[in-house]
Amino acid sequence: MSTLLKAQSLVRTLPLTVPVTLVRDISLEIQHGEFVAIMGPSGSGKSSLLYLLGLLDIPTTGQLWLDGQDTSGFNEDTLADLRLAKLGFVFQFHFLLAEFTALENVMLPMRKLARLSATDMQKRAEKLLDDLGMADQEHKKPDQLSGGQRQRVAIARAMANDPLIILADEPTGNLDSVSSANVKEILRDLASQQGKTIITVTHDPVFAKAADRRIGLVDGRLDPNWVHPNAQS
Amino acid sequence: MRLQLSIAVTHLLARKRQTLVSLSGIVLGTAFFLAVSALMQGSEKDFIKRLVDNSPHITVSDEYRGADIQPAAMQWPDAAVNIRSIKPQTEVRGIRGYQQKLAFIESIPGLRVAPALTGSVVLTFAGRVQGVSMTGLIPESMREVSSIEDKMIEGSLEALNANPNGIIVGIGLINKFKLALGRNVTVTTSDGIVRSMKIVGIFRTGTANYDETQTYALLKKVQSLLNRPNRVNRFVIQLSDPNQARDVATLIEQRIGYKSVSWLEASEDIMSLLTVRNIIMYSVVTAILVVAAFGIYNTISTIVMEKTRDIAIMKSMGFHASDIQLIFLSEGLIVGLIGSLLGIAVGLGLMWILDQVVLPITAMGGPTHLPVYRGQRQFFIAFAFALFSAVAASYLPANKGGRVHPVDVLRGSM
Ligand SMILES: Nc1ncnc2c1ncn2[C@@H]1O[C@H](COP(=O)(O)OP(=O)(O)O)[C@@H](O)[C@H]1O
Ligand SMILES: [Mg+2]
Repeated sequence: MSTLLKAQSLVRTLPLTVPVTLVRDISLEIQHGEFVAIMGPSGSGKSSLLYLLGLLDIPTTGQLWLDGQDTSGFNEDTLADLRLAKLGFVFQFHFLLAEFTALENVMLPMRKLARLSATDMQKRAEKLLDDLGMADQEHKKPDQLSGGQRQRVAIARAMANDPLIILADEPTGNLDSVSSANVKEILRDLASQQGKTIITVTHDPVFAKAADRRIGLVDGRLDPNWVHPNAQS
Repeated sequence: MRLQLSIAVTHLLARKRQTLVSLSGIVLGTAFFLAVSALMQGSEKDFIKRLVDNSPHITVSDEYRGADIQPAAMQWPDAAVNIRSIKPQTEVRGIRGYQQKLAFIESIPGLRVAPALTGSVVLTFAGRVQGVSMTGLIPESMREVSSIEDKMIEGSLEALNANPNGIIVGIGLINKFKLALGRNVTVTTSDGIVRSMKIVGIFRTGTANYDETQTYALLKKVQSLLNRPNRVNRFVIQLSDPNQARDVATLIEQRIGYKSVSWLEASEDIMSLLTVRNIIMYSVVTAILVVAAFGIYNTISTIVMEKTRDIAIMKSMGFHASDIQLIFLSEGLIVGLIGSLLGIAVGLGLMWILDQVVLPITAMGGPTHLPVYRGQRQFFIAFAFALFSAVAASYLPANKGGRVHPVDVLRGSM
C-alpha cells in the first residue's frame, strides 16, 4: 500500500476577534484503499479536519500531500481542480441542486471536468445510480426523493469523476435507521469491493468497526485512547 | 460555458414570476426608448425638413461680416497697431456687380441660385395703410430655390410674367384689407414714387406676420420702384445636399466677400433647442433603464442569496469562482438579451400605434400623421444599452456569488 494522503502538523485557527482553534497539530497518513472512520464528541473538530483533508479549507499552518503532491501554496482554483478530479464529498444534508434531476446532479461534476462525451457522461451517471439501486428514480427531482434516496444520489455524484478519495461527513446523520443502514452498506461495499479510499466522520460505532482504522478526535487533537461511549468493548 | 449557461437558464426558469418582472422592466425600458426616440427624431427631422425646405439653404446679403483690414495693419501685420471704432462698410445700394457674382455662384455644382431685391414700400387700399416688404424676383429662378410656389392659394408666380405690374400678397393682407385677386393696390416708395399694382397671386405660409407683410413682384419692377437699376441685395441659394450648406456658404463668402449665411447658422437657436430636447429624452429613457437595471440587480441578488447552498456545493465539487460568476452574469445577459429583443418588438408595436394617430388639420396643411422615425441607430442604441445595463446589474451579485466559501456555508448548516 502506498500513501495517498499525508497531513503534517495541521493547525486551523479561525481569525476571529477571539481566535478559535478548530484543529490542533494533526499529523496522519492515509493509504490507498483504506477505509478510515473519524470519531469524536460533537464539536471536537471532525468536520473541520475533513474540510482540511478534502482541500475545501486551507490550514493555518502545516502541510498536506495528496497523491504525492504538496498542496501548500495552491490557489483556490488549483485546489478546486484537484477536488474535481480526485475527491468526492458526501455531506450530512444531501446538498443536491433542487432544479436538477438525480441524473443531472450526478452528471454535474462530469460536465465540469468535461473529459467524457455527453453520451458517455449520461451512461456513466445511469450506471452509478443503477449500482446504488436508483435506476428508476434518475429523472426525479430531489424533492420527489426520500432522504435515503437523495443520499444515494449524493454518493453517486461523489463517485462521478471516479475520485481517489470519498470524504463523507456524518452521511447517515440525518437518515432513518433503514436508509442509514443502506447508505452505510453502500460505503462499506465501495471500500471493500471497489477498493475506494474512504474517509468518513461517524457517530456510529458499528459502522466505525467496519472501517480499517478509527481516528479519535477530542478538542481538535488526535486522541488514540478515545472510545465512543456506546462502543462495546 | 454551456454548463454554466444551462445552470443559469435553470435558475431563471425556476423563478418565472420574478424573471418575468425583471424582464418586463427591460422590455418596457427598451420599448419606451424606441417609441419616444422615434417621435423625437421624427419630429426633429420633420422640423429640420420644414426649416430646410422653407428657408433658403444659404442667403448671400449685401453686408460684410467684419471690417476690412486697415492700411496700418496691412503695413505692419504684427505691430501693436490698435485702430478703434471701425465698422463694416455697408453697401446700402446692394450687391455690386451682381451679374459676375451670380455667375460665380452658378458655377458651383449642386446648387440653384436666385437673385432678389428686397425693400420696404407702403401699400394703400381703400384708406387702409400697411408697410410691407417687397421682394423683386425672377419667377423662373425663384421657383427653383423657394417653396413659395407651393404656398400659392390663388393665382401663380408665373402671372407676374404675364402682368409686369402684378403683385403677389399674403392671405393675411387680403383678409386685413378685404382684398381679392385682381384688385389694384397703391404702392408708395420712400422716394415718393406711387404706382398702382394688380394682385395676381395670393399665398399662405401659415406664419401670420409673413402672410401680412411680405409681397412679391418682378425683379425689374422692384428695381425701378426702389430706384436701384441692375442691383440686387440678396442671393437665395438652395443646395441638392442641405448638409453642405456651411461649407458652401464659407466658400462663397471667401470668394465674393459678402456675408453668406447657411440655414444652420441662421437657425442656431432652434438647433440648440433640439439638442436640449435630445438631452432631456436621453435622460428620461436612461432613468427608465436604470430602474429596470435595479430590477435585474434585485432578482439576481435574490437568486444568489437563495442559492448560497448550491454555490457552496458546486464549489466544493470543483467549480471555480469564475464559473459561479459566469452563471449569474449569464442570467443577467439572458434577461437583457430577451428583454431588449422583446423590447424592440414592443417598441415597433408602439411605433405602429403612433403611426395610426391622425393630427387635426393645421395651418401647415391637411390632416397629418405623427412623424415616426425608425432609425437603425436608435435600435442599436436601445439594444446595446439594455443589454449593457442588464449585465452591469448582474455584475455585483455575480461577484458576490463567486466569493462564497463552501466551508463557511457547510459550517453554518451543520
Ligand atoms: N464560525 C465559527 N466561530 C466560532 N466557532 C466555530 C465556528 N465554526 C466552528 N466553530 C467551533 O469549532 C469547533 C469544531 O467544529 P466542527 O469541526 O464542526 O466539529 P464537529 O464536526 O466535530 O462537531 C466547534 O466547537 C465549533 O463550535
Ligand atoms: Mg461536524
